[in-house]
Amino acid sequence: MRVGEAAVIDPRGLDELIRLLGDLGYETKGPVVRDGAIMPGAVRGVEDLPAGYQDEQAPGHYRLRRGEGDSLFAWAVGPGSWKAEMFSPTEELWRALVHGDDVSITEPESPVAPLAIIGARPCELAAMAVLDRVLADSAVPDPHYVARREGAFVVAAECGHPAATCFCTSMGTGPGVESGFDLALSELNDAGGHRFVLRVGTERGADVLARLSVAAATVDDLAARNQMVSRAAGAVHRQLANEGLPALLARNQEHPRWDEVAERCLACGNCTLVCPTCFCSDVRDTSDLSGEVRRGRVWASCFDLDHSYLHGGSVRTSVSSRYRQWLTHKLSTWWDQFGTSGCIGCGRCIAWCPVGIDITEEAAAIRETDGAVHAATARGVGPR
Amino acid sequence: MSGGADGANGAAGDDGRPTLAVWKFASCDGCQLSLLDCEEELLMLAGAVRIAHFTEMSRASTPGPYDVSLVEGSITTEADAERVREVRAMSRRLVTIGACATAGGIQALRNFAGEGEYAGMVYAHPEYIAALETSTPISAHVEVDFELQGCPIDRHQLLEVLTATLAGRRPVIPGHSVCWQCKGRGTVCVLVAKGTACLGPVTRSGCGALCPAVGRGCFGCFGPAETANTASLAAQLRHQGMAPLELSRFFSTFNAAAPAFRDEAVAEGAPVRVALGATRRNRPWGAQ
Repeated sequence: MRVGEAAVIDPRGLDELIRLLGDLGYETKGPVVRDGAIMPGAVRGVEDLPAGYQDEQAPGHYRLRRGEGDSLFAWAVGPGSWKAEMFSPTEELWRALVHGDDVSITEPESPVAPLAIIGARPCELAAMAVLDRVLADSAVPDPHYVARREGAFVVAAECGHPAATCFCTSMGTGPGVESGFDLALSELNDAGGHRFVLRVGTERGADVLARLSVAAATVDDLAARNQMVSRAAGAVHRQLANEGLPALLARNQEHPRWDEVAERCLACGNCTLVCPTCFCSDVRDTSDLSGEVRRGRVWASCFDLDHSYLHGGSVRTSVSSRYRQWLTHKLSTWWDQFGTSGCIGCGRCIAWCPVGIDITEEAAAIRETDGAVHAATARGVGPR
Repeated sequence: MSGGADGANGAAGDDGRPTLAVWKFASCDGCQLSLLDCEEELLMLAGAVRIAHFTEMSRASTPGPYDVSLVEGSITTEADAERVREVRAMSRRLVTIGACATAGGIQALRNFAGEGEYAGMVYAHPEYIAALETSTPISAHVEVDFELQGCPIDRHQLLEVLTATLAGRRPVIPGHSVCWQCKGRGTVCVLVAKGTACLGPVTRSGCGALCPAVGRGCFGCFGPAETANTASLAAQLRHQGMAPLELSRFFSTFNAAAPAFRDEAVAEGAPVRVALGATRRNRPWGAQ
């Protein structure tokens, strides 16, 4: 089977695929049920996947339930993203032992096994492509990210059950997927049986598939897959109006909405921590009493006061300035910096905000009253 | 030992090591115990500093001045208010440790009660108790160089503060919320996924996000995070069904008198008897 062609497999075939990837030396990870949510975890076979689970998502709300049926991918993304696998929340860069004038530096070993991701959603592939532009395709690539990303084998799973927080159709990132995968699954569970259309995206994917005995997908299978994707697209109701959005946000820096959202915003950082494209990090040096010095990288967030700490203090002291920084970077200045939007429409920041602040609602509110400014700004006093 | 703690007013010990003193005010001793809890790092610490005064460890005490003083406990008596000024005068660096020393502790609940109300409940003869009406943090009385929050403090953070102080660098102690540590360790948010009441979004990280990791909401042991928006979290918890009295109590535990938590407890109906100003006399890190 060649790139662009499609096979059809049943759940047992998927199980064989996962075990084969394990045998080929990959660390196989995929969606698992943990602590009441779909989370990335170790997947050794099809029995580790969330059979029969369905989710319910709304702003600030997520519930996972064991429903009817045995579908493996009848849910939308949970709080964990594949970002953490390639861009770790904490990364030791080097350590040094200091004894008098003698300094010896050691760097940590690279990860041993390459990763095989089972069931990454189309929006998550889009997120990886966004992160690639930032961390891999930049003038100074991040060696840790590149090492994990290049070795990773990606088995996508198209989306048949979007959540109420999803808005991938606005961002052009789902629910179907055409590239960015080695293999792509489309789960069908109808009168034709429980099966997966398996499309080949890369030579590497074709090589793996060649080791399994699979049948080619029929015209009916492919039609059912198309129907699943278009039905899912029709079930995505949340929208982000993209037209002229970067310029709209750029010219509304003094909009009163920033202060209104700041009254609700906890500045807790959850939106940036669940975002699959937020890439800010901080480099921290620590020392201990034995003379060992460590340099580490940790996830950072524009909601942290420390993030804008310059000599003598933080620049973005108000929460409104921090929320504005997040939203305008994600939807406006990201274009200037990387040529894309920083948002892929997964809706994690909406569901996992403890107070349910909705990025699409905030952008729409500014569009509705484009040009509004603080009364104080209009008088020339300035809001902050 | 190099760096900022050298030769402080001649305070360094006879052997050149900086001196460390540990002081107790109104408290349970748990934070001081965190120092003894350091176990494998304790010998290294004892090698790096001369422990000059630490009654939890030894009766032997060397007179000041001291390079670094760790102060545990809140100020609840006139005598202690005087004693903490003496400790300040003897200390080059003064670091407060724990919820009592940084926010007044659980005993600051008295700040919300009628005069002698708690003493009457606890003691058979409250007339023998000579205490102030309020329990106040150390920073309400003297300048503090660094405040380490937590009930009790985290020993790794304590070691970080001591190591940084000895090296003359700024301690790496984040001011952000517990959510950072939940997400960093891959804990699913109990507030969003289960509707469990949780103070994590307004509480300072440092504990490692212990409670959410075992399915419980955060109790706020580490006190308010920087710029904690307690009003918005309270509105969400109310929306999820929490009654005002329950909410008021949720904010009124180990850090009841920390301004951000206190104000929310009062907004939810806790009685206001003592007007506690948000007096802060801390100096910026690095100021001499």
